[in-house]
Amino acid sequence: MAFNKEKFIKYILTVFALSSLFFLFLIFAFILIEGLPLFLKVGFKNIIFGFKWAPTKGSFGIFPMIVSSFLVTFGALIVGGPLGLSCAVYLAEYSGKRMKMLLKPALELLAGIPSVVYGFLGVIYIVPLVRNYLGGSGFSLISTSVILGVMILPTIISISFDAIMSVPRTYREGSLAMGATKWQTIYKVVIPSARSGIMAGFILGMGRAIGETMAVIMIAGNALKIPTSLLDPLRTLTGNIALELAYATGDHRLGLFSTGVVLLVIIMALNYIANFGIKKKRLK
Amino acid sequence: MNGTKIRLLILLLIFGLFCLSCGRGGAGAGKDQHTVTIAGSTSVMPFTEKLAEYFMLENPDYIVEVQGGGSTAGVQACMNYTVDIGMSSRHLKDNEKALTDVTICNDGIAIVVNPGNPLDTLTIEQIRGIFNGRIKNWKDLGWIDREIDAVSREEGSGTRGSFEDLIMNKLEIDDGIMVQDSNGSVKEVIATDPYAIGYISLGLLDGRVKGLAVNGVSPTMENIKSGDYEIVRPFLYLTNGEPDECARTFIDFVLSMEGQTILQKEGLIDIL
Repeated sequence: MAFNKEKFIKYILTVFALSSLFFLFLIFAFILIEGLPLFLKVGFKNIIFGFKWAPTKGSFGIFPMIVSSFLVTFGALIVGGPLGLSCAVYLAEYSGKRMKMLLKPALELLAGIPSVVYGFLGVIYIVPLVRNYLGGSGFSLISTSVILGVMILPTIISISFDAIMSVPRTYREGSLAMGATKWQTIYKVVIPSARSGIMAGFILGMGRAIGETMAVIMIAGNALKIPTSLLDPLRTLTGNIALELAYATGDHRLGLFSTGVVLLVIIMALNYIANFGIKKKRLK
Repeated sequence: MNGTKIRLLILLLIFGLFCLSCGRGGAGAGKDQHTVTIAGSTSVMPFTEKLAEYFMLENPDYIVEVQGGGSTAGVQACMNYTVDIGMSSRHLKDNEKALTDVTICNDGIAIVVNPGNPLDTLTIEQIRGIFNGRIKNWKDLGWIDREIDAVSREEGSGTRGSFEDLIMNKLEIDDGIMVQDSNGSVKEVIATDPYAIGYISLGLLDGRVKGLAVNGVSPTMENIKSGDYEIVRPFLYLTNGEPDECARTFIDFVLSMEGQTILQKEGLIDIL
């Protein structure tokens, strides 16, 4: 009897554990079933490399949005990367116990702030700031990059921090024993050894930035052109889906799912690189 | 062991599908309660909600549920019998003509700028030029040398559809024009950006933005009623065939003197 119960619990837990896999599968299947027919109907090239998005008039080009999504993502990395890495280095190498106890929960809080709040702050403060001091409408590549840069900080910091902490103590001791200063040790030994983990943090941060929706819709301006300056408005892939889904029917709706397929592929690629590509490199 | 796992997986799949199919089963209302479900245009929604409030006060045994989704979604939901009444803020397209439509009121579309903007009037040509991307600078319109921050609505929106019909005259709205996804967000952008221009439902016009005169005619109720202000679109209620009794009661209320007065107070143009 007891034996059966143990076995029973084990199976139940297996089922629950597999359910996440099951949901992932459902999401995949759903997006592909809805998104692929349009690819077949309109053609891969016309969607991915098409410049014109006018779904109610039969044009489904999302190339400008793909470019825009990458632009804001790199913008976010430029803002959040150095900041996040510095913070991780400080936390791992310099900060005392009390500082750590202050910073760690603060970071968790930063990660937990809903994106609509970031968007709101962006609209109220960043957008007017950009408009008044830099020009343009303020709804722009640069505003979006700044907000996204802050949003990806927790991801970058926590993963980089773990990577730096996992560098063996002996490396540091060796370097210090050779007469290197603390900064030299960090710069020449610790960071290079933790490089793959730090890269993984950056790439996961990219994934977060490219997938962010609400804040982006609120501050990106959502224009359909490829931005030609930092002050131009732009529309990302996620923004396109969220903006138009409410009104979309027929091919328009399918077009949004096609946008979703492209987004899914990009996110999968990023996650793959973060998880496998980099680990493999580390093994070498 | 492996076989059991697979069997469990299949069971789970069936369970999942079962859950999905359950979602479709409608919520049955109580016997003596009448429920009217309404969905569609986000421009019509706030006014319908207002009407529904008054209506439910007078008819306590009725429940009126109002949802957004957009004009096209309203049409679609009406065609699928998902709702009793669909709301649309644009005329029906040819392939949607099977539905019965009732005009409940008219709404002007106001071309709005920031209150700090000294311009008071633009011609339809000029507005078309701005949204078509030909006119990019305020100095071409007799103001300062500063880029125009034009804001449009997203593809599929009823307000955008009407704007395209009434102003753009088959010209395309330029890709460089910003897009916001509701009347409210457009208004928010205009209210905070001194160099912005956009278009919103006239009923939502308030002190935070300034409605421009078009061809010299200001967007006021009198001018719309007299037919001088031409950027006007109907607010429609749609039913699939004849409305049932409950829907009929609500529509009659909206078309009554009382309903129309409520709409008029909200800034819309009654059809009395």
